[in-house]
Amino acid sequence: MSTILEIENILKVYPDGVIANRDVSLRVEDNTIHAVVGENGAGKSTLMKIIFGITSPQEGTIRFRGKEVRFKSPNDAIRSGIGMVHQHLMLAPDLTVAENMVLGIEPRKRKLFLDQEETLRTSKKVSEEYGLDVPVEKKIRDLPIGVRQRVEILKALFRNAELLILDEPTAVLTPQEVEVLFKTLFKLKENGKTILFISHKLKEVKQIADRVTVMRDSRVITTEEASHLTEEKIAHLMVGRDIAGDRLPPSPALGDIRMSVRDLCYVTDENIRALNNINFDLRAGEILGLAGVEGNGQTYLIKTLTGLLEPTSGDILLENRNIAGLSPRQVRELGLSHIPEDRMDDGVAEHTSLEENFIVDRYYKQPFSRGIRLRWKDITSHSMDLIKRFQILTKNSRTPVGSLSGGNIQKVVVARELSSDPEVIIAAQPTRGVDVGSEEHIHSILKEARDRGKAVFLVSADLDEILKLSTRVIVIYNGGLVAHFPDASAVTDKDLGPYMLGVKKEEGSSGKIHP
Amino acid sequence: MEKFILKNFTLIRTIIAIAIGVAVSVLLIYLISATPSGSLKYFFVGPLLSKSRLSNVFEMAAPIMLCGVAIAVAFQAEQFNIGAEGALYISAAVATAFAVSTHMPAILHIPLTILIAACVGAAWGFVPGILKAKLGASELVATLMMNYIAYFLGLYLINYHFRDKSAGYLVSYALPETARLGQFIPGTRMHWGIILAVIIAVLVYFFLYHTTTGYEIRMTGSNRKFARFGGINIIKVVILSQVISGALAGVGGIFEVMGIHGRFNWQTSPGYGWDGVIVAIIGRNHPILIIFASLFLSYLRVGGSVVNLMADVPTEMVSVIQSVIILLITAEAFLSRWKYRITVREAEREEKIHESAS
Repeated sequence: MSTILEIENILKVYPDGVIANRDVSLRVEDNTIHAVVGENGAGKSTLMKIIFGITSPQEGTIRFRGKEVRFKSPNDAIRSGIGMVHQHLMLAPDLTVAENMVLGIEPRKRKLFLDQEETLRTSKKVSEEYGLDVPVEKKIRDLPIGVRQRVEILKALFRNAELLILDEPTAVLTPQEVEVLFKTLFKLKENGKTILFISHKLKEVKQIADRVTVMRDSRVITTEEASHLTEEKIAHLMVGRDIAGDRLPPSPALGDIRMSVRDLCYVTDENIRALNNINFDLRAGEILGLAGVEGNGQTYLIKTLTGLLEPTSGDILLENRNIAGLSPRQVRELGLSHIPEDRMDDGVAEHTSLEENFIVDRYYKQPFSRGIRLRWKDITSHSMDLIKRFQILTKNSRTPVGSLSGGNIQKVVVARELSSDPEVIIAAQPTRGVDVGSEEHIHSILKEARDRGKAVFLVSADLDEILKLSTRVIVIYNGGLVAHFPDASAVTDKDLGPYMLGVKKEEGSSGKIHP
Repeated sequence: MEKFILKNFTLIRTIIAIAIGVAVSVLLIYLISATPSGSLKYFFVGPLLSKSRLSNVFEMAAPIMLCGVAIAVAFQAEQFNIGAEGALYISAAVATAFAVSTHMPAILHIPLTILIAACVGAAWGFVPGILKAKLGASELVATLMMNYIAYFLGLYLINYHFRDKSAGYLVSYALPETARLGQFIPGTRMHWGIILAVIIAVLVYFFLYHTTTGYEIRMTGSNRKFARFGGINIIKVVILSQVISGALAGVGGIFEVMGIHGRFNWQTSPGYGWDGVIVAIIGRNHPILIIFASLFLSYLRVGGSVVNLMADVPTEMVSVIQSVIILLITAEAFLSRWKYRITVREAEREEKIHESAS
């Protein structure tokens, strides 16, 4: 077996002083599927960006097919035969599949005009050559995400990629789509390609990888044959200790209804029904999980529940008051708190201090202010208290939030939202992009809130998270609820998949599910 | 040492930018002046040599300072307000009209005149504020256009209704003694408005960093979506920041009328509002730093006029120097590679300490 890619002693320091890769070495053998695993922040993505020429290291060498290379841009990497499929796909939604594939190297007529026929012909040819079926004449925006990803892969192959890098390719896919992707990857391997893919899902790694590299704390811990490793072993290497992946024990007691949603609808400015007759109840002492492929109305639902968006019609009853259309502050005053799905957008102001971020929902109350005057002494001691209670790693409470790691920023948000002693907690993607340690911690905080009789509404794209935490699960598809599982402990991801894809609907359900 | 540099990077960068600006000006003076060493002396030491020139520095700094904090309040809410010039002009014109046409004791006349200037400025700021909040109109365009309206409206008011025809040039009637801010150092024009300007700047600092409304303004400016998510009424904040901004600029204008000229004598717009933008940028929107930034700017201006008077260097050069300094300060990437190198070294060093410890 020959080595296609050889990396030695990479050091990468980002402008903010964070060391993302230290002394990283890695060999990828030709014609294999090679997985790089590690927690978020372990340095996997940075390493891939270095290989693909998006960013350059301070030290170290990269050899591709035995020749030392120094890529200044992704174009250099592509020319050498390296392709990359990013987690957030880089396609032009208004162009067709074929047009996307030839973008930048398109065949021309009279040097000026796009040769439509040639474009279609070559795209079809590549697609057939690798046995990857894509509708070359359709626009990207009309295709499901799994197919779009296949287009990205073909795009790289069209540019003669020998080594294909995939950055967490399964993060955005349903279980069924994941299987299709894996078949694709095996096919590529048969065709002589080499695949380097990032993941933090161990099951997948075991399923398809020939060799596995584990990263932790910006270092490579080990590279081994996949057959020599068990899932438990990889998890242990990734985290440096054993982790509990079990489902939560059931709620001690289900209490009264805390929030009721009735016939909730939202129609966007473009006249799209983003929410279609949503009905559900949320009880004290439970975690109600909302499963669904992202973009099926979750964001609109969260926003209408938390006062950020006024629903077109329908009621949201919180503590016997209809909160539909109230302002975020009024809703919060009624005992609702909200962990937003995008923490950098809504959750924090990154250039301001932890202290200032901790008080955004309570600065006007005692003891944080008296009259118009802020009381910094009380704010500081409150902040120190939260930093301690929620184990936030920071130099002090005046540090700008943006300088913390993703997991710690999320803890800042969680600390604020849970310390207001809410009755209802809307938790959207509460552990997205955080390391396993923080994830475990945040999960235990949510469990503790549940056990104290709080009502938790959990929205997550991570099915494992939904299944681990939820008491009950509902599924959203295309703006409507399509399934309700009253006992989450009896549900598997395979059960949810068909509903998430809209293949299956509960009997007589369109909008009439009423958990 | 490197840690110190990292911690105070922005301050050090500002100082280096000023130093380079000064170096450029020294070079320019050597190029154009027949007596460069004399010119240099006039330029840099000139403003400090006599009581009246030193006073000039403070006189000029006062309106710039108030316009600077006015701009800073808007900038902190991330409102691109460049309307301080117009607010200053129209407020001074209207308050002058009020002062020359009323009679009352000083204890009422002074605060009422200032109050009227503040209210006119506030109303002037309210317009772009509400346009932005309700209609999404760019405050940049709105305030810029409002500047023209303010200028010609002010001119009309003074020239057609309150013009002192006995004066040999286009000015308003003289303000009655009861509506003037006293001058307190004989032989200079140091007036109480200067002291008040510094006090107001300090109060604005307190307002921004120690009150709930100031907090709302800063959070809205730092991340609007975050502020809304947390329950802050951002429409209120956007309007309020523009209103406060206009009021501060208006006060800056009337102080100059009440403390120095005793008349409204601006036939062209004085430009303090633009200087306010400059000092707000140099002072990074921090009212305390803006106090020093405006003193620095007016020191340069006075130095420029001294050297113009006493030697053969034109005042235009001062503008060149200012522009070089401001360009360097506002260029985010200036010295960023240097900072990056230090950051890398520092990170590697900590890494080694960390490793040897574990």
